[in-house]
Amino acid sequence: MFPKWFKDWNAKNPTNIYGPAILVGVVGAAVFSAAALVTIGQPFKTDSLQTGPRGTGMSVPEFQADLFAAYPDADNFYTTEPIVPQANARPVRDVRPDADPSLGYLTPENYDRLVEAMRIWTGIPDLFAGEENYQTVVARSMIEMTQNINEFWGGHVNANAEVGVTCYTCHRGEPVPNNIWFKISPVNENAGGWSANQNRVTIVSNSTSLPSDYLETYLLLNEDGQYNRIGVHDLASRVQQLEGDPLIQQTERTYAFMNYIANSLGVNCTFCHNTRAFYDAGQVTPQWATASLGIQMVQEALDLYILPLEEVLPAERLGPVHADVPKLACATCHQGQQQPLRGLNVIANWPELATTSGEPDYSAFQ
Amino acid sequence: MAYFEYQNIFTQVQVQGHPEMGMDNENNMAAERTKSASFSTLAGLIGNAQLGPIYLGWAGMISLATGLLWFNIVGLNMLSQVGWSIPEFIRQLFWLALEPPGPEWGLRIPPLNEGGWYIISSFFLLVSVMSWWLRTYLLAEQHKMGKHIAWAFLAAIWLFLVLGLFRPILMGQWSEAVPYGIFPHLDWTTAFSIRYGNLYYNPFHALSIVFLYGSVLLFAMHGATILAVSRFGGDRELEQIYDRGTASERAALFWRWTMGFNATMEGIHRWAWWFAVLTPITGGIGILLTGTVVDNWFIWAQEHNFAPEYLAPYGYEAYGSYQGFLGQTTGGN
Repeated sequence: MFPKWFKDWNAKNPTNIYGPAILVGVVGAAVFSAAALVTIGQPFKTDSLQTGPRGTGMSVPEFQADLFAAYPDADNFYTTEPIVPQANARPVRDVRPDADPSLGYLTPENYDRLVEAMRIWTGIPDLFAGEENYQTVVARSMIEMTQNINEFWGGHVNANAEVGVTCYTCHRGEPVPNNIWFKISPVNENAGGWSANQNRVTIVSNSTSLPSDYLETYLLLNEDGQYNRIGVHDLASRVQQLEGDPLIQQTERTYAFMNYIANSLGVNCTFCHNTRAFYDAGQVTPQWATASLGIQMVQEALDLYILPLEEVLPAERLGPVHADVPKLACATCHQGQQQPLRGLNVIANWPELATTSGEPDYSAFQ
Repeated sequence: MAYFEYQNIFTQVQVQGHPEMGMDNENNMAAERTKSASFSTLAGLIGNAQLGPIYLGWAGMISLATGLLWFNIVGLNMLSQVGWSIPEFIRQLFWLALEPPGPEWGLRIPPLNEGGWYIISSFFLLVSVMSWWLRTYLLAEQHKMGKHIAWAFLAAIWLFLVLGLFRPILMGQWSEAVPYGIFPHLDWTTAFSIRYGNLYYNPFHALSIVFLYGSVLLFAMHGATILAVSRFGGDRELEQIYDRGTASERAALFWRWTMGFNATMEGIHRWAWWFAVLTPITGGIGILLTGTVVDNWFIWAQEHNFAPEYLAPYGYEAYGSYQGFLGQTTGGN
């Protein structure tokens, strides 16, 4: 196939082609990859939300693919405009004896409208219909909780803009919301004290080896009727150990809690903190204050509305270890988003859920 | 020889033959040495191809026995925590730990399942590490060597003792000690830094990092230099120390003309030894001061004027918007 002179020349001039071939291959692949990156672009593009001064590394990075992805939970929100009552309208409790007393003050049109929406939001098609059952009792309590949050916790819920909460904020069409939690500690067998509540892969520990008891420690009242302090430092440069100063154990538990909050909101530490000094209120973002209010809101909601349901719920709804009531916290509403439902205003059409006064304000629709 | 052959990490010449069984002397050194030796081509690629004989001595035996006790106590405690389930033990191995007692126990010995096992196992670990140190000292003495290896090892043991013994005693709580577990000891490390106000502002922590990274740099510079002059006999370092040849001259000139200064064939080993040894010594000092002298390193740094202030605002509102970040409108920067 090749001429004789070519073969002769090759026979007389043996050359190692493998070394150069590897070199050319490696360099060529590198050049090709670089050229592809420059022309086609980074295949996993990211965006960053800067949250603090330059030089502190404060930002929340996300993949653009995640940011631009559709969010069906927000799109699927069911809502209808209220029907403004006439001046002489009679409440539903006067005309329909079977109407649920908790919402009896509404006009029949708005009562039907709200009940219909709640059935869709919670995925319970026979809510407030027929025999009184545990779901009816729970629903009354949850309506009160929703109204209380909308009326008194605007500092957390409406920190950025009016968005409010409805049943759908947590339920998303499911009778039992996602991201509820139960008490599960102690998680270790044959171990007591500090050794017993950590170092296990659990849902509550978010698959870390940090303590699994942080939610019950910080969000529920302790034996003295107080909330445990969420803290990691004392604030003296030199040693000045005072009674109640946090120790490494409290720091680990706080870390677990903060990790939970970050996961719940799909953010990182620097969304709220300058990580060089976690404790310093002079180096936190406004979101830190919003989150702090959120913690108090959860504490109140658990104490007033959730824990009392323990006697109402059937056994199959209770926790697997301590038969405790399913509880809410950050992730139950936020579900991985900085703002639940990505900041969708869910309360605008539902003045009935915005106040505990029993007198919904329909003035915006007149 | 192709260009990549002398740049790979593998030894280029392997010697395998009659095993070198070592000397016997007036101390009857061979008596407690194992009797057999073998060759491994694989080991020969990265070191000496000969494996064995090994000498443990009484210190080595004590060290192995107590170390094994510590290892088994830790492992059995982990196994016990998952209800003696082997699959769970394997699945959760990196999460499991033997934890020190809780702070409520101070320096007292708690029940076995609340940290008592930790205290017992730690005692065995202490004996194990200290007798292994003694072994390095005694072996060096038998070989009529300097004790540099033993002292360097002691520097690492200093940090180990600070973490697990000296500092907990000074703090009055065994709960300050480090848990025995893969992830849990990392949790402890993070929590320790956060609890004491950010260890990065601890100047001894900074020094330790300097020496750690400095060790890496020196090791790379020295290794590269010797390999680069081995064709002139530079790998025969001891001979070059007392009878400087062209290898040393070239290596020295290279560095002097590169950075204006050069170590000597002997001095580079003193540099390396001190950098390595100072890493845990300074680190140990930093740990020992934490919680015993300084409680919040960030505030301490502010008091000593080396924590910078940032005047730009906090919060994303100053730099963009959430809706802009979500790509719903243009915005942000």
